[in-house]
Amino acid sequence: MSGGVAGTFGRSTERRHRVREGRLLRGALIFGALSFLGIFLIAPLVTVFASAFAKGFGAYVTALSDPETVSAIELTLLAAGIAVPLNLVFGVAAAWLFAKYEFPGKNILLTLVDLPFSVSPVIAGLVFVLLFGAQGWLGPWLSAHDVRIIFAVPGIVLATIFVTFPMVAREVLAVMQSQGNDEEEAALTLGASGWQILFRVTLKKVRWGLLYGIILCNARAMGEFGAVSVVSGHIRGETNTMPLHVEILYNEYNFVAAFAVASLLAMLALVTLFIKKIAEWAAHARSDAAERAPLGEHSLSATVGSTPS
Amino acid sequence: MFLRRRGVLPGFGLSLGYTVFYLGFIVLLPLGALILKASSVGLVDLYRSATETRALSAYWLSLYTSLAGASLNAVFGLMLAWVLVRYEFPGKSIVDALVDLPFALPTAVAGIALTTVYAENGVLGSMLGRVGVRAAFTPLGIIIALTFVGIPFVVRTVQPVLEDLDDDVEEAAAILGATRFQTFARVIFPALLPSLLTGFALALARALGEYGSVVFISGNMPRRTEIAPVLIVTKLEQYDYTGATAIASVMLGASFLLLLLVNLLSRWARRAET
Repeated sequence: MSGGVAGTFGRSTERRHRVREGRLLRGALIFGALSFLGIFLIAPLVTVFASAFAKGFGAYVTALSDPETVSAIELTLLAAGIAVPLNLVFGVAAAWLFAKYEFPGKNILLTLVDLPFSVSPVIAGLVFVLLFGAQGWLGPWLSAHDVRIIFAVPGIVLATIFVTFPMVAREVLAVMQSQGNDEEEAALTLGASGWQILFRVTLKKVRWGLLYGIILCNARAMGEFGAVSVVSGHIRGETNTMPLHVEILYNEYNFVAAFAVASLLAMLALVTLFIKKIAEWAAHARSDAAERAPLGEHSLSATVGSTPS
Repeated sequence: MFLRRRGVLPGFGLSLGYTVFYLGFIVLLPLGALILKASSVGLVDLYRSATETRALSAYWLSLYTSLAGASLNAVFGLMLAWVLVRYEFPGKSIVDALVDLPFALPTAVAGIALTTVYAENGVLGSMLGRVGVRAAFTPLGIIIALTFVGIPFVVRTVQPVLEDLDDDVEEAAAILGATRFQTFARVIFPALLPSLLTGFALALARALGEYGSVVFISGNMPRRTEIAPVLIVTKLEQYDYTGATAIASVMLGASFLLLLLVNLLSRWARRAET
């Protein structure tokens, strides 16, 4: 993040002066950028917490201990608890595939994996209604066997999996690609099996990216609104997730309760960002250590690995 | 192995098989249901539903508010990336972390918060009201929400390119007598342009499909403040599956085109870097 400063460190002030803006312009740019963030991002974030505590801490706690709110929290935890592990297993498999091999059709497959990012959440919900709804392709068969997917929990879980589908894969793949395969190839020549390489070498190398992928996937899974809204049917106490409950409370002008539930989700978002920062620092520390210690454990295995290939 | 592939590590068949199976089951099969539904309705009905006045107003509104939001993000995202890479100021790492907030904050939470801030009695809404501007329940409110959801895209695509930019070139331009502005316009900006456009296209794609943060602030009046994703939901609530499918097909077509554009742009960006 501080590349510009580190790059000019130690040079003469005269030289630095030539490629730097004047004080006034610098101040104006910082002011402009921060005002933009303040107006569009910080104001709403502060509002969430200010409105949640508008009637004091007591009202906040009362709002959160409402049975319908509690059941919404439970359903959200259940949906994320199913969606995140499934997308985690897929994410590791897909990242391994794309980072370790070259094969025909790789770019097309990668584009397809990214597809849920570019599909509107509303359409993500709609496709499941068209597939499993009463009017859908499998609707008659499902109702004959008394299985409910749409307007029930399975639909919510499916929609959540769809919208968070590429999240772990994306984060893990980025880290795997930047780290290369030297250590894995070294392990292979030393006789490790594929699973041993995956669990003992690769997953350790990418652990921070993996952690961030999981937590980001989790935040999106718990916060998904559009897709879940379409398939849920909004049955209070049954198919209401936290974001849907926020909507209901807000539309009933129960602002303190709406923002109290919203504040839980906002805190989850802030924790997610915090873990991302830690993951970035850890990744920096790793690459710095590798550069600084040419005979360290890390680069030694890299040297061994590069010989046979 | 019938496919020729590069890479000596084991697990190719398993990881390829699992990736394709899971992708097919979770993503391709459901999307296929939409295409199947669209084709079973028949082109005439589909066309009629997709082009009724209410739908046309919704596409137009979605398009111009998304373009406005993505443009605001292009300008201020570039500014933010510049400030974060090149200057030091207190709280910089917090600001840098907060840029990603729209990725992590649920859209419904953003929606009710933005509506509260920009309502007529809200903190910023009342200030706008004093100069005679209404934000909530107007297209301006939609633009505000779509700007919020797009904030990370331009910053995160431009930032790494700006970090890797070699400042020797800038020094050379300065020594040859270019003003700082000329250096920016002729040297720095062309180098940033591919990544800036990629970020713009990503923000645009996200904005076109956005639902949760808009639905509260827009007021959803048919033909005035009803964006296309909201119209799909309205159609579904009226059990008009043909109408919903028709509008969704148009939106899906638009996202595919944008996805193609993003792929071409990022290929251009990678070439420009090397």
